[in-house]
Amino acid sequence: MPELDVEVAGVELESPFVLASGVWGESGASLARALRAGAAAVVTKSVCLEPRPGYPNPTVVELPIGLVNAMGLPNPGVEAYGEEIAEALKPGKPVIGSIFGRSPSEFCAVAKKMEGFGVHALELNLSCPHVRGAGAELGRSPLLTEKITRAVKGAVEVPVFVKLTPNTASIASLAKAAERGGADGVTAINTIRAMVINLELSRPVLSNEFGGLSGPAIKPVGIRAVYEIFEAVRIPIFGVGGVSSGEDAAEYIMAGARAVQVGTAVYKEREQTFRQLRRHLSRLMTRLGYESIEEMVGRAHGGR
Amino acid sequence: MWRTATGSIQASRSDGGNDNGRGVARGKGPLHAGNRTTLRVVRITGKRRETPLVTVLRYFDSSPASPGQFVMVWVPGVDEIPMSLCHIGPLKGIAVHVKGEATEALAGLEPGDRVGIRGPLGRGFEPLPGRALVIAGGTGIAALSPLIELLPKKRRHTVVIGARTASELLFVKRVLSAGAEVVLTTEDGSVGMRGMATDAAEELLQRGGYARIYTCGPELMMRRVAELGAQMGIPVQLSLERYMKCGIGLCDACAISGLHVCTDGPVVSGWTALTLSEFGKSRRDASGRREKL
Repeated sequence: MPELDVEVAGVELESPFVLASGVWGESGASLARALRAGAAAVVTKSVCLEPRPGYPNPTVVELPIGLVNAMGLPNPGVEAYGEEIAEALKPGKPVIGSIFGRSPSEFCAVAKKMEGFGVHALELNLSCPHVRGAGAELGRSPLLTEKITRAVKGAVEVPVFVKLTPNTASIASLAKAAERGGADGVTAINTIRAMVINLELSRPVLSNEFGGLSGPAIKPVGIRAVYEIFEAVRIPIFGVGGVSSGEDAAEYIMAGARAVQVGTAVYKEREQTFRQLRRHLSRLMTRLGYESIEEMVGRAHGGR
Repeated sequence: MWRTATGSIQASRSDGGNDNGRGVARGKGPLHAGNRTTLRVVRITGKRRETPLVTVLRYFDSSPASPGQFVMVWVPGVDEIPMSLCHIGPLKGIAVHVKGEATEALAGLEPGDRVGIRGPLGRGFEPLPGRALVIAGGTGIAALSPLIELLPKKRRHTVVIGARTASELLFVKRVLSAGAEVVLTTEDGSVGMRGMATDAAEELLQRGGYARIYTCGPELMMRRVAELGAQMGIPVQLSLERYMKCGIGLCDACAISGLHVCTDGPVVSGWTALTLSEFGKSRRDASGRREKL
């Protein structure tokens, strides 16, 4: 049996499969449920200083190729999130706190609180594609990415990952900026800006008009992004975007990811998702002759 | 701003099977399920004021539905809200109880107007053999009516319909014509027994002879029913209601102690409900903050 355990910037994972931010993460009990169902770690919903209700519905559109969503970063605010983290920590696996803010100082304030709640690492959401003044609006600037990363790194002890936006000319330059700012790793990608129009009603479906595309449709974009980032930086990479099979995960790992995050697939397969993914990957590794994840990381990069 | 308009949101698996809400297994995922859960536009074909507060809207949709399932209804330009189905045949129906902006807009629609529909979604009631006691509080009867019509007819079932006052009693004739014994309760005593639906239910349970309990209504009422069922060893199916956004088990807005009302529910067993620490205690607002029930 191949070894599935892997370590990402000091975070020990029993398998490469981590629950992505935004899915099941509003409540600690749901995060704990994902961990008990086999997720190696979870990333929380993105949390900020004050409570946010998010956008009115419709917030999600289902398509044959994936989902388009604009939830609007709803979260109860960092103060109220402590009890959720406490629940999420119960299964005894790593919990990665996703945070966002509108300035470096806001990021730091939330980061310190989250660290105080006991998270094992932080993920800076610099990539949400549909909220004004936050997410990708900050994170598409290499300068701001570096600045925010440096500020948070100066404020906390736990590893800091930066989640990067694909809605940019060069995601690799954002990864480099994160690395310069001291990031322990990067997460790539977030959803791709997208829109769905209903023909009968001749209007956009989402209340926010545009949102982010996730699921199988964006996997090739994620693979390309991870491949480019792997060439550009030394820090480890979480691959995200359309992972719903062991093959998908292996593709990300060969592109250069050390682990993958799973989001949209969870709503199809529910509890079974993580165990199925582990089984698929294990079988695939046996077939391809790999004994550990480590051996596979970046293998698609010929000469490296 | 967006709450379910009926007493409760309901659901069941349309892909067969139901394990009384204990499990979490799902059939084919929505990405492969054709257009049952993807958005489509339907026209309102009928509208009828049932009580001063409740209007029933009808639309044609041939998707199979189980009693207790719900649909996400998009009123363009306003909101998208979960609504339990009060008619589950091809001519479907939703009972709109005006409570906020979205339900007001919905109740203002006329035949010919168009809305977006996703669903039927979630897991619903399972009509099982044995004499049933059905306990409906407020507009909870909307979700229970199609169940009552599907219950095996060999035994005479009892349906308690409770409301604040006589004019708010919903679907009484419909339940009577399904052949059930009907017990009415009103809080003001304007008709039937004065008090709550649970008061009548306790008396009926003392009388004995019931093999199952189905309930839908205010959560504190359902908690009482779940406890009664547990004490007397009678299986209970009840329908949970929570703030809902995605409707497909992804966003976690409707989570109650890790259970997703939109996909694991809304109908769960009383036993399952009693294991949820938040059941009858707290719910979450749009931001996910906990608030006391």
